[in-house]
Amino acid sequence: MFKNHTISILVENKPGVLQKVTGLFTRRGFNIESITVGSSEVENLARMVIVVYADLKGLEQVKKQLNKLVDVIKVIELDPNSSVKRELCLIKVKTNDAKARTEVMQYTEVFRCNIVDVCDHAITLEVIGHPNKINALIKLLKNYGIKKIARTGPTAVSRGLVL
Amino acid sequence: MNGGEAILKALKEQGVDTIFGYPGGTVIPLYDSLYDDDLRHILVRHEQCAVHAAEGYARASGKVGVCLATSGPGATNLITGIADANMDSTPIVAITGQVNLDAIGNDAFQEADIIGISMPITKHSYQINSLDSIPSIVKSSFDIAKTGRPGPVVIDFPKEMQEGELSKYETTLIENPGYNPTLGGNIKQVKKACELIKQSKNPIILAGGGIIISGANKELEKFAKTIKAPVVTTLMGKGAVPEDEEYALGMLGMHGRIVANKNINKSDLLIAIGCRFSDRTTGKIEEFIPNGKIIHIDVDPAEIGKNIDVDIPIVGDALNVLKMFNNQLTKYQPNPNAVKWYDGLKNKKLKFNLKTDYDTNPLMPQTVIKEISDSLTDDTIVVTDVGLHQMFAAHYLNVNKPRKFISSGGLGTMGYGFPAAIGAKVACEDDPVIAICGDGGFLMVSQELATVQTYDLPLIITILDNRKLGMVYQWQNLLYNKRLSQTDLGTVPDFVKLAESYGINGVNITKPGETKEVIKKAIKDNEAILLNIDIQKDEFLPMVPPGSAVEEVLGDYDFEDESLTNEDAAK
Ligand SMILES: Cc1ncc(C[n+]2csc(CCOP(=O)(O)OP(=O)(O)O)c2C)c(N)n1
Repeated sequence: MFKNHTISILVENKPGVLQKVTGLFTRRGFNIESITVGSSEVENLARMVIVVYADLKGLEQVKKQLNKLVDVIKVIELDPNSSVKRELCLIKVKTNDAKARTEVMQYTEVFRCNIVDVCDHAITLEVIGHPNKINALIKLLKNYGIKKIARTGPTAVSRGLVL
Repeated sequence: MNGGEAILKALKEQGVDTIFGYPGGTVIPLYDSLYDDDLRHILVRHEQCAVHAAEGYARASGKVGVCLATSGPGATNLITGIADANMDSTPIVAITGQVNLDAIGNDAFQEADIIGISMPITKHSYQINSLDSIPSIVKSSFDIAKTGRPGPVVIDFPKEMQEGELSKYETTLIENPGYNPTLGGNIKQVKKACELIKQSKNPIILAGGGIIISGANKELEKFAKTIKAPVVTTLMGKGAVPEDEEYALGMLGMHGRIVANKNINKSDLLIAIGCRFSDRTTGKIEEFIPNGKIIHIDVDPAEIGKNIDVDIPIVGDALNVLKMFNNQLTKYQPNPNAVKWYDGLKNKKLKFNLKTDYDTNPLMPQTVIKEISDSLTDDTIVVTDVGLHQMFAAHYLNVNKPRKFISSGGLGTMGYGFPAAIGAKVACEDDPVIAICGDGGFLMVSQELATVQTYDLPLIITILDNRKLGMVYQWQNLLYNKRLSQTDLGTVPDFVKLAESYGINGVNITKPGETKEVIKKAIKDNEAILLNIDIQKDEFLPMVPPGSAVEEVLGDYDFEDESLTNEDAAK
């Protein structure tokens, strides 16, 4: 069965590594749904969190192929039940009148967003959370007219002390 | 010491005695260092042949092959060979010139992003951007190229890095924490596998190139004889067991031997070692080993479960794992059913001897390959190109030692054979080397006759000349309604005159017996020679059409015993 899987990849922080990893997905016919990259707890190592749409066999193959890259140190799949997944999203939403503005600000509270910019006819919100939560907010805000969305894609880490 | 001198020194520290290359703008400083150095350099006549020669060198010797080209077009000319080495797990290090570091990214003259271009087809790559790192990068490149599942490594070497002075020459270890191939097998898995083997009535071994790479041929022989499993091989596995032996059923697959193809699917246990279940080997994968279990041993975990589901995976170097098996099986009493199966297939192999003795004009390819086979010593290295002649060679030629049959398997690169034979000859001066080429593939690289002549390499070049792109012509005839699109090569050139124009003896072969005679004499005289062998254009090798099960062989073999048919091999 095909579904989204989240994999966390610890890599050497060197030029070209991102290209190697993403190139591998393309070459082997796997679709990257999202990707985040940043530094990790270890100096000179970066962590990539990639969401890939695959069946179990494909997932196995992707993990093994990733492991073959010399610059890849560790590959783990994050089980949704035992990991925390968060994404950041900036949404610029139209607020044509005072009513709209009030309503949007109410959602802001419910969804625990931050307002990061306000102008005459728009508000920019910053929301952090599970991608599902962000999707829900976007759905609500669509009624007002969304001018812009910028999402980071989810990053994730396992719960508890496990690696 | 400058960077150019440093890299040469580092290469020699890795045991390199010869490199294959072609100079150009961004490697002039390196060639300048080479001018005073004792490292042997073979000047090929096209960079693609430098990399194929490095591959042939590596495959024949088991060492890492090295090639060198300038930046831009020189580097891109290496790509086919790098891809070929990647597919066939051949350890090579390709050194490419590069424009100066501060010019990179500016579309400087002869700049090409060779690291980026080659990324999907290399095991790893380095760009040298500090002088003192040169010795360490060379060491790390060789380590990566030759360990685990071997493969190509690219070192991109900017011009200024060749010219600059090192502050000190020191080889430090480059840590690659992400690189630690699993070489030892898991004993628990081996024990589980032994249980399956004990129960198996019809075990069979599929041996791939991994046996040859790891030098596991002797252990394999012992293992097969102990458990009474006949051995079939992939194209890359030719030479993994002595093919003169009865239990060695020969190559399996699209152009596999009839006894191998017709019986493998009767097996209740396939033990696959150092192979990757390529479609050319298995035929329709869903119908491969329908009623059997599969044990898969490979050093590359990604190969296990990639093309076929297996029952017992064992990750490790073939030599280590087979030693573990043989240790487990010291007092092994083979299953009586297995003995019956083993003896049955041995007899079948003898019975289904192929006819090779024809008296036709033009010659039959079977006759020619048989004559080549008869003229070989066990030390002779046969290197083939890609096409029908390659499959005839793989089918009709018995190879008895590892590293004596070299061919482009995974990528199927026309133009590989002749330059790879040059590399093999350079690596193994004392062994006769025969290149078996088609007329099409030879013409892709014929300029290397100059290399053969210049370095006085006593290479035996055979061209199975059918004036067709034979392999494609066969497919068009059998599978595309005889619509013979663009596969006729006309009558040019005269290969004998071509050879002579390079100062190499050439001879036209038209009669049975001549091939053998000429080759034997050439081996004795230790002289380069080109044999242009006139063969039948319409003599096809039976095949398993793509997408069919491996026992569905299209076309009939002529057996020595004329009463036999293909189907009898299944009985
Ligand atoms: C570089 C490259 N181009 C094209 C092919 C496709 N191809 C495979 S075999 C073949 C025909 C080879 O003809 P020839 O060298 O005359 O050998 P023959 O098959 O006649 O023995 C071709 C065109 C290939 N394998 N490699």
